[in-house]
Amino acid sequence: MMNPVLLANEPDFMIKGIFSYQLFGQTVWITTTHVCTLIVMILLLTFAFCVNRKLKKTDPYDAPPMLVNIAEFIMEFLNNMVTGVMGKNAAKFVNYISTIAIFILISNISGLLGLRPPTADYGVTLPLGIISFCLITYNKFKWQKPVGVLKGLMEPWPFWLPINLIGDFAVPVSLSLRLFANILSGTVMMALYYSLLPFFVKIGIPSALHVYFDLFSGAIQTYVFCMLTMTYISDAIGET
Amino acid sequence: MNISGVEFIKGCSAIGAGLALIAGIGPGIGQGIAAGHAASAVGRNPGARSDITSTMLLGQAVAETTGLYGLLVGMILIFVQPLAK
Repeated sequence: MMNPVLLANEPDFMIKGIFSYQLFGQTVWITTTHVCTLIVMILLLTFAFCVNRKLKKTDPYDAPPMLVNIAEFIMEFLNNMVTGVMGKNAAKFVNYISTIAIFILISNISGLLGLRPPTADYGVTLPLGIISFCLITYNKFKWQKPVGVLKGLMEPWPFWLPINLIGDFAVPVSLSLRLFANILSGTVMMALYYSLLPFFVKIGIPSALHVYFDLFSGAIQTYVFCMLTMTYISDAIGET
Repeated sequence: MNISGVEFIKGCSAIGAGLALIAGIGPGIGQGIAAGHAASAVGRNPGARSDITSTMLLGQAVAETTGLYGLLVGMILIFVQPLAK
């Protein structure tokens, strides 16, 4: 896969297959992406179960314990974010937006835990984009009715229809490619840094790079993905 | 010096990857313009700082997309090498 350029040790950021099995005559691989996604899911589920158990034991008239405080802070932040963009339609979509926000954020910063971020695989981000696209299209048809959708497609002039169609179908591609390329570039950059340079620059200095590529870039891309999804859904709902 | 066909294509792929990353110029200019306007907006209305910052980051992230497409093309040319197969 790699070409032999002048590298001290080969940078290692490719997706690796762990084992394969046959399904309907096709070879299906279990890759590092699956494993990392599972680890992220286990982390999130563990957190959710801990909060749930704690929440049932908490006395509502008492000061909340630490874990409940953290969960309330996260929930309040996400609620405010969705309400700020979508206004009175927020209640229906806050669950979906919060779910993808938490999943993408933990996936993006899982590079800090030594995992290969699951979102650096196009097979993870494209489904996220397609789910968002289905939600957007469903809401468009639900609120604008098919006639309104057709009218919206022929917006300036009727012969604009193919261009508007392409613009609509570019939404999931651009949503997913933006997330994928950002996280992949961070992963590649860190892999190149770790594999190309002598050992004495690998002490301390990479922490700054990790802060930028993993934390900052990951948080920004999470925010952008959720923000764009919300904006598209708001557009689809229209002025009602 | 003998260069086989595959090696020639690999070298040309590397040149092509470098050329594809010229796409980074556009987003750089666009992000700079966005940041400059955001700075002047904060100067005019310091109270709206957080709103301006989030809008600026959103716009910059969207403007970055075209540069990232160039980056993807470059990476595919170097690491996947579709032309040398």
